[in-house]
Amino acid sequence: MSNFLQYTVFGVMVGAGYAIAATGLVVTYTTSGVFNFAQGAVGMIAALSYWELVSAHHVPVLLALVILLVFGASISGALVERVLMRRLHGASTERPVMVTLGLMVILTGVATLVWNPTTTRQVGNMVNGQFRLVGINIQYQEVLIIGVALAVAVALRALFYSSRTGYALRAVVDDPELLAMSGVSPNRMSQYGWILGFMMAALAGVLLAPTQTTGINIEAMTLLVVNGYAAAIVGRLKSIPVTFAAAIGIGLAENYILNYIVPHVPQTLVPDITNALPIVFLFIALVTVPAVRLRAAGRLTTVRAPRVASGKESLVAGVVFFGLAIVAAIVFSHTVFRGTTILALGGVVMSLGIVGLSLVLLTGYSGQVSLCQFSFMGIGAFVMGNIAGGGSLLGLLAATLVCAAVGALIALPTIRLRDLYLALATFAFASAVTRGFFADGHIYGNGGLSIGRIIVPGVSFGNDNAEFLMVTAFFVLAALMVLAIRRSLFGRRLVALNDSPAAYATVGLNIGFTKVAVFAIAAGMAGLAGALYGTVQGVVGQTDFEIFPGIIFVLFVTIWSIRTVSGAFLASLTYVVLSQVWFNGLGLFAGMGIILIGRAAGGILGIEALQFQLPWVKRSVTGTEGVTAGRQGAIPAIGGETRAAG
Amino acid sequence: MTDVAAAPIGGAPGDRHQIPPSIVVDGVRAAYGRIEVLHGVDLVVPPASVFALLGPNGAGKSTLLKVISGRMRPSSGQVLVGDKAIGKRPTEKLARSGLCAVPEGRGIFPNLTVRENLSIWTYRGGLNLRDVEERTFEAFPRLKERRRQMAGTLSGGEQQMLAISRALVTEPSVLLLDELSMGLAPLIVAELYELVGNLARRGMTILLVEQFVTTAVAVATRAAIMVHGRIEQEGTPQEMADAALSVYLA
Repeated sequence: MSNFLQYTVFGVMVGAGYAIAATGLVVTYTTSGVFNFAQGAVGMIAALSYWELVSAHHVPVLLALVILLVFGASISGALVERVLMRRLHGASTERPVMVTLGLMVILTGVATLVWNPTTTRQVGNMVNGQFRLVGINIQYQEVLIIGVALAVAVALRALFYSSRTGYALRAVVDDPELLAMSGVSPNRMSQYGWILGFMMAALAGVLLAPTQTTGINIEAMTLLVVNGYAAAIVGRLKSIPVTFAAAIGIGLAENYILNYIVPHVPQTLVPDITNALPIVFLFIALVTVPAVRLRAAGRLTTVRAPRVASGKESLVAGVVFFGLAIVAAIVFSHTVFRGTTILALGGVVMSLGIVGLSLVLLTGYSGQVSLCQFSFMGIGAFVMGNIAGGGSLLGLLAATLVCAAVGALIALPTIRLRDLYLALATFAFASAVTRGFFADGHIYGNGGLSIGRIIVPGVSFGNDNAEFLMVTAFFVLAALMVLAIRRSLFGRRLVALNDSPAAYATVGLNIGFTKVAVFAIAAGMAGLAGALYGTVQGVVGQTDFEIFPGIIFVLFVTIWSIRTVSGAFLASLTYVVLSQVWFNGLGLFAGMGIILIGRAAGGILGIEALQFQLPWVKRSVTGTEGVTAGRQGAIPAIGGETRAAG
Repeated sequence: MTDVAAAPIGGAPGDRHQIPPSIVVDGVRAAYGRIEVLHGVDLVVPPASVFALLGPNGAGKSTLLKVISGRMRPSSGQVLVGDKAIGKRPTEKLARSGLCAVPEGRGIFPNLTVRENLSIWTYRGGLNLRDVEERTFEAFPRLKERRRQMAGTLSGGEQQMLAISRALVTEPSVLLLDELSMGLAPLIVAELYELVGNLARRGMTILLVEQFVTTAVAVATRAAIMVHGRIEQEGTPQEMADAALSVYLA
């Protein structure tokens, strides 16, 4: 009985920490309509800064809290609103998701540069000592966390529902223009919201830091608030009391599972279960909270779609692209470049390019944000490596089909989700696969999983240039397929689904089938890409397919253009090149890039000022969406697609 | 002419001794992206008058109201309220200085209760919630019963009552009304326009945009017809009512 009470107190304490983080999410969402994916990263930075002040420089705890919460968090929150978020007003719904993801990878990148991840940083309790109550030991730190969480929830509830400022804070998402017409500055209200959200994130980080028994780990701390995500979803990103209760419930459930169930499962599965629990809670929350309660504070926006190349244009561009690849293969295998890894890297570019194409299909055309394409890549590589020694065409087929099936399974419960919630669900899946599957030593083995080069009777792909050309051929075929899908009836359905799901359903079309189908196709493509990536690299490991590189890659594709085939190629090219130059800086590049692109839905390729017209390119006609393409007759890009304003 | 002054438009809120300001629209052009909607609009709304701006869908009437209320910047031309050019004054400052705009649709916050909506109206200086509630519920007793109800769950008429209560309680010197009658039953429209008449008698300068000619001319003292982003004709309400028929049917 005393054990149960002890677990309960600890569960309530952990839940209280989640509650602070979750209420921060709710505050930001309520006042800006933006779900801040960087909430955990802000908490992580606050925790490390707290360690820096208190443990490294012996600053008194109270002074450190004032510096971090009153000055650091509030100034950062105000700056983020002013510099990043304000200019996103009126942008498409996925753009704030991308920008906060960008902020998250920037903060984790900065943390890695400032605080060496290999150093252990342990934060002590703010208040020491304990007392006994009904036969159990209760630490003052636990009481402090629970008390602070309760006080925060009560204060925020009072602010939002009993004060005029609170009403204005809630009203700003409903109709900022009307709020301005009522004499209130909507920008100022949004700024207050971001300041409050950042303060909550920092508070959660500082309070939860001492609970990290192995020290503050940048990635673990960033993902620690995922349980906060689940609580915020249960509270519909709106209700502070429900969010608070859900967070406490999650904290309790986590502790009961860890203490009563986990000891009875095989030892090898313990880390998997422990790591995957937060994600499982989030996934359960997303698929069980009724759809009508998951309404996004979305914004309607009109985005001009790029013109879609005709079949003939696509084919010509594909042949030209493959021809250029042959020339590149000859140059790099017969000149001074011979013996370098350039062609192998070229193979990586092409395989990642296929992942980019899957994002064009899924996000660019149908508007479904997926953050788990690298997870499908990892599963594809795993399947490939375990079928016929990893060097067979059968392995490629199996990787594609298995990932398509897994993609369909993931899509089924998330059919009703859209925009932010789908992004969160795929984030949960990616995180669970990273922490609960790839991290398992049995999956890729300690030295990584060996995947041989493809063996086809009569054809050798043993050398780098043959392998490069084979992967390039797959990329070109995938690009042609994506463009063919876009031109087809199914492609028009995808665009229609993106434009208006309600209109799509009311004309009798099946939303569920379309969503599952496109998700499965995109997952299959990513699986194929993973298998090809494995054949190029020879050996793959868990670090190849982790959640953070996956998110960074999505940002690269968005920066170039998630609506075009050329965007997918250029994203993978820059990703691979920059990763060779400065791998740890990839997140910084991606974060800065997405911030600079801001609200331009068409990415770099959609910026009209960067487009130019070639005299021999025939003037294009109105796109199949019925919207005239931006700059007529712009340069034909990879796969024959024309760049246009997005 | 002075520019961007902090002084209230036409006097402090509730100050009925001052003459309300005129609205002067001088060669205003405005565009959504590359598409120009207003092609050089000239219009003068005399002080303490009710000016009805008529015209078919897509004429640019609501866009003109957006420009006057500071929600949209003109690409050229200027708007003067009284002797002050609104220039780049933000919407909230214009609102606080005495310009009240009730937008097309329902100018309310659907996820706040009636009472919370009324509380937002008090941001216009010198008001307290008790007075605001008293005056609103006196004019619209129905809203009193619904004061704890989410505004988004009110009927269309009740929502419009709540929206126009902002003008009632804040007593602006300039009132801009956009399609007040849209989607409402004739009885409700009559009730709302009776209130507009009362507000006009208090001496506000009112510019109202309407598609329904008979509704608008009943309260207007002056009217104009707008077509394709230009003022086509201007005259007495009755003259414009007669002219509107040919414009609408053209």
